[in-house]
Amino acid sequence: MHINWFKYSAPVNFYPLAGRLILPFALLAIVLIVFGLYWGFAQTPDVLSDQKQYYRIIYPHVASAWMSMWLYVVMVAWALVGLVFNTRLSFMMASATAPTGALFTFIALVTGAIWGKTSWGTWWDWDPRLTSELILLFLYVGYMALQSAIEDPRRSDRASAVLAIVGLICIPIIFWSINCPDPNQCASLHQQSSLKYVESNILLAMLVTAVGFWMYSFAVIFMRVRRLILQRERNASWVAELPEVK
Amino acid sequence: MFRVFLTVLGRDLTLAMRRRTDVLTALFFFIIVVSLFPLGIGSQKETLRFIAPGVVWVAALLASLLVLERLFADDYADGSLEQMLLIPQPLVIVVLAKITAHWLLTGLPLVLIAPLVGVQYHLDPQEQLAMMAVLLIGTPILSLIGAIGAALTLGLRGGGVLVALLILPLYIPVLVYGAGAVARVMGGSEDITAYFQLLGAFLMLALVLSPPATAAALRISSE
Repeated sequence: MHINWFKYSAPVNFYPLAGRLILPFALLAIVLIVFGLYWGFAQTPDVLSDQKQYYRIIYPHVASAWMSMWLYVVMVAWALVGLVFNTRLSFMMASATAPTGALFTFIALVTGAIWGKTSWGTWWDWDPRLTSELILLFLYVGYMALQSAIEDPRRSDRASAVLAIVGLICIPIIFWSINCPDPNQCASLHQQSSLKYVESNILLAMLVTAVGFWMYSFAVIFMRVRRLILQRERNASWVAELPEVK
Repeated sequence: MFRVFLTVLGRDLTLAMRRRTDVLTALFFFIIVVSLFPLGIGSQKETLRFIAPGVVWVAALLASLLVLERLFADDYADGSLEQMLLIPQPLVIVVLAKITAHWLLTGLPLVLIAPLVGVQYHLDPQEQLAMMAVLLIGTPILSLIGAIGAALTLGLRGGGVLVALLILPLYIPVLVYGAGAVARVMGGSEDITAYFQLLGAFLMLALVLSPPATAAALRISSE
């Protein structure tokens, strides 16, 4: 059997597919996020008996922090595919991913600051995790700035792809450089990842919210990539024949 | 291949010697920035000693950023960069030679001027020595990482500001360990081997990864 692996790498085929996929992903996102947050905010047991209800911000906080890192990996993967196979659509996917990734990074930082103010008594601390998340935001911003600074789409795609890959190599280095070698010198407020110890209800609500955020990313990225396709392929004949363009 | 390296290196050094002000700009920028802090913060000896490592490193970061644009811009403007892209020898060698020349002209002077800064900030000879040593390992990393940004933003409007946005986040490890090592010595610790090893590791990593990335970026920028 012959499978054409590259069928949907052609914008003409992907454009309608993306259009059909937006609605299911958007519905899934709404259902999962509402369910996850409702479960998290109202149905998980009060594990902290002393009324520290503010811990419940953990659901949007952890889920968006996960998505912020995952979407950077996705973006770099598309950039790599684009550089290797020289497909236009991969670069469009990469550039459609960046704003959503930056948004989740921002949400993670803001919810973290609110949580920090209530529990640590400070909005911000130069703690390894906080700082690396901030640098991740800078990397997203740099990627989008470079992309919009270059007018020729071919050059802008490829240049920002190289930048994204360089950033990916640097992320672990930055993370461990701020996590300095001497543990006595960097007392960090942010706790280490401790999913093993989290109560299973809370963990499930967190996972459901994260998957909901992921589905939201799919929907929004497909919407954005459709717009990019229309913009870049505006001179192609198939675009002119689309009902929404006519 | 080594001859190509030497040729490009010699050419860049000769060109820079014909226009010495270009080289001195970065150096004087560094000295001025470092001298501004005591004026702004106050000249108490303890305060100055406390902020010295961070100030010197941030000033070095900014100074190296300031001159990055010139790494490829002149060659791009007069077309010699395109000739370099066409030669049969690997572009990586040419890039490495250009980065080396750039570091000799802009990074090495910062290392040599560091004792002067040490005097301004009341550092002991031993602390000055540590400062020079980490600058010696750290500034080549800055040139190597910066070259990627300079190649990506070649010929763009407002390239200088853009380079800062792209490259400064990637400079952070060098800043953390460079300033950390000096602060460690000032804290009375003799042993800063760990910092040297980590900075050395970054240098090796940058030396291997940056020239190919810069070469790829140059090809993208000038096609």
